[in-house]
Amino acid sequence: MEPTHQAPVVRLEGVHKRYRSGEVEVSALNGVSLEIPAQRFTMVVGPSGSGKTTLLNLLGCIDVPTSGRLEVCGVDILSLGNDAQADFRSAHIGFIFQTFNLIPVLTAFENIEYPLLLLRMEPRERRKRTLEMLDQVGLAGLGGRRPDELSGGQRQRVAIGRALVKRPSLVLADEPTANLDSRTGDVIVDLMHRVQAEAATTFVFSTHDPRLIQRADAVFALRDGVLQ
Amino acid sequence: MTVLKIAFRNMLRNRRRSAMTALAVAVGTMTFLLFGAFVAFVFTSLETDAVRRGGHLTVFKSGYFLLGAGDPAGYGIAHYQDVAELIRTDPEIAPRLNVISPTLTVAGIAGNFSGENEASKTFFGVGRVPADRATMRRWDEHGIGQRDATDELLSDTNPSLGYVGVGLGRVLRLCEPLKIADCPPERRSATLTSGLAPALADLPTMEPESAEPESPHIELLAATVGGAPNVVRLDLSGAERQAAKELDDNFVGMNLTLAQKLVFGRGEPKVTGIVLQLRRTEDLPAVRARLISLFAQHGLDLEVRDFTELNPFYAQVRRFFGAMFLFIALIMGVIALFTVVNTMTMTVMERTSEIGTSRALGVRRSGIRLQFTLEGLLLGAVGATFGLALAIAETLAVNHAGLRWTPPGNATSTAFRLALVEHPALILIGWVAIVAVATLAALAPASRAARLQVVDALRHT
Repeated sequence: MEPTHQAPVVRLEGVHKRYRSGEVEVSALNGVSLEIPAQRFTMVVGPSGSGKTTLLNLLGCIDVPTSGRLEVCGVDILSLGNDAQADFRSAHIGFIFQTFNLIPVLTAFENIEYPLLLLRMEPRERRKRTLEMLDQVGLAGLGGRRPDELSGGQRQRVAIGRALVKRPSLVLADEPTANLDSRTGDVIVDLMHRVQAEAATTFVFSTHDPRLIQRADAVFALRDGVLQ
Repeated sequence: MTVLKIAFRNMLRNRRRSAMTALAVAVGTMTFLLFGAFVAFVFTSLETDAVRRGGHLTVFKSGYFLLGAGDPAGYGIAHYQDVAELIRTDPEIAPRLNVISPTLTVAGIAGNFSGENEASKTFFGVGRVPADRATMRRWDEHGIGQRDATDELLSDTNPSLGYVGVGLGRVLRLCEPLKIADCPPERRSATLTSGLAPALADLPTMEPESAEPESPHIELLAATVGGAPNVVRLDLSGAERQAAKELDDNFVGMNLTLAQKLVFGRGEPKVTGIVLQLRRTEDLPAVRARLISLFAQHGLDLEVRDFTELNPFYAQVRRFFGAMFLFIALIMGVIALFTVVNTMTMTVMERTSEIGTSRALGVRRSGIRLQFTLEGLLLGAVGATFGLALAIAETLAVNHAGLRWTPPGNATSTAFRLALVEHPALILIGWVAIVAVATLAALAPASRAARLQVVDALRHT
């Protein structure tokens, strides 16, 4: 299913998300409706437990709403099966995690290359793009290092490279600077802003970080699962 | 390729655990292969022994197998040379034939009346052609080597020469001349049928007295075709231990000519069986089918039995060792299974967050399943290969140690060997089976990993 890029990259209509935590039913999102236009640097803010991560999980198609309508890149996510969702994520969505989540047995180069392998890209093009991305995130010459041989900032650069190398329509970043010191966090924020502009990609963050919030094109505030 | 690379690197990630798992798989593989090699050697050893003794196939007069043991005259094959010639010249059988040899079984009473040690006992005898017997005893399709036994016990030039089982020699008070150990002190009353001795001594013999009266000999008494008693003299070349005590206490081996004289006197000599020893055991079914068709074609009232029918012990030992092998293979399989299941379950638990990441990046459930199954396969392959190397090294060491043993159902020893490299199918089946078990063992943890919800997996710490 080809996405329609003229439409907003993300559209939610009356989305509810409830899940069970032990014996308790938690209502994480309560009737959230929003649209995120293409090529925006967008923030989702709110206190802990407000539903930021749940919202990002839904946008990233790694979770499904209990009710409501969710479209990403013009595609009704609820209409996709498990494999189709995986393929959709592979083609259109990049993830940047708070804890970097790099594959520890792969080098920086291989971690960045990995999404292109999932897209079955031709080897020469794959290598060219990976090297370009390594350079873009400032890790040229460090491609042969494994994650445990890199600093926290360098790991997050690899994670950014991995998220962007396939040129996705949407990049989701869950508290990307939370595990970094302030100086490294600044550098990473600058980097993300720059590559977002270069790649003309839509970024959606969940964050508490004011440095990120002040760079945002749009900010959505959540409280108790309700958009403010 | 990347999946394989990741699987290989993950295997090296926790080296100690992977090494322990691979070692358990290796020990399982080695045990499986070594016991398999031992069983294969036992099988080929038993087969070799049976084929050396009685050939692959024996032609009998119809009904002999079930009813003829007590009536060699009634179930004798007349014109057996013509039958043998028919078989020997058949274009389908000839190239596959090593030896074709007539035999005659006979039962009667054996007596020793030399000097003061008079004794007699019932016997079971087999008349063979000495040259054929010697050729048959050299058959060695599987490279087992020769037994500690001599071919000098029968002679083509001296038809009266023969031998007895060690037990019979002892009972007949022939310990000293036949150099039999463990003989009790001489007691004339110990013989089972000593009352027959005077009667045997009084009967006329059809053979002239030996020119060398001091050489050990016995008299054999049997009923002729007409029912009259007949006696022949058997000069003893020695005693040979037989596999079973009952046989050892009764066995007499003699020249076919002498056996025929004992049973048929001056009448037409017959045989009770025509033994065929083939060059290769795998030809047995084809030759058997050809014999049946040949006999039907020529209107001969003959039947064919193979060595497994004539040696029930062979089939029993095969079944016994086969069951043992299966049992050990199952145990080794279960050990490999649980070791790999345990390792892979721990691996999945440790890498749950990584599984979530891969799924978020777009890896399908089948991709996760493949990833972990491949890791199980790699662990199995490394362990099985190491186990194979250990098994080969141990086989070479054992085979060069010069060990000897007496296989089940045998009375003489032979070289002990482990037949591993001679059985590539065993190696292949063993290796593939262990790797398959390891792969199957990884399937359940791999499926569990694949079924994880992405958000739950990512949340896992």
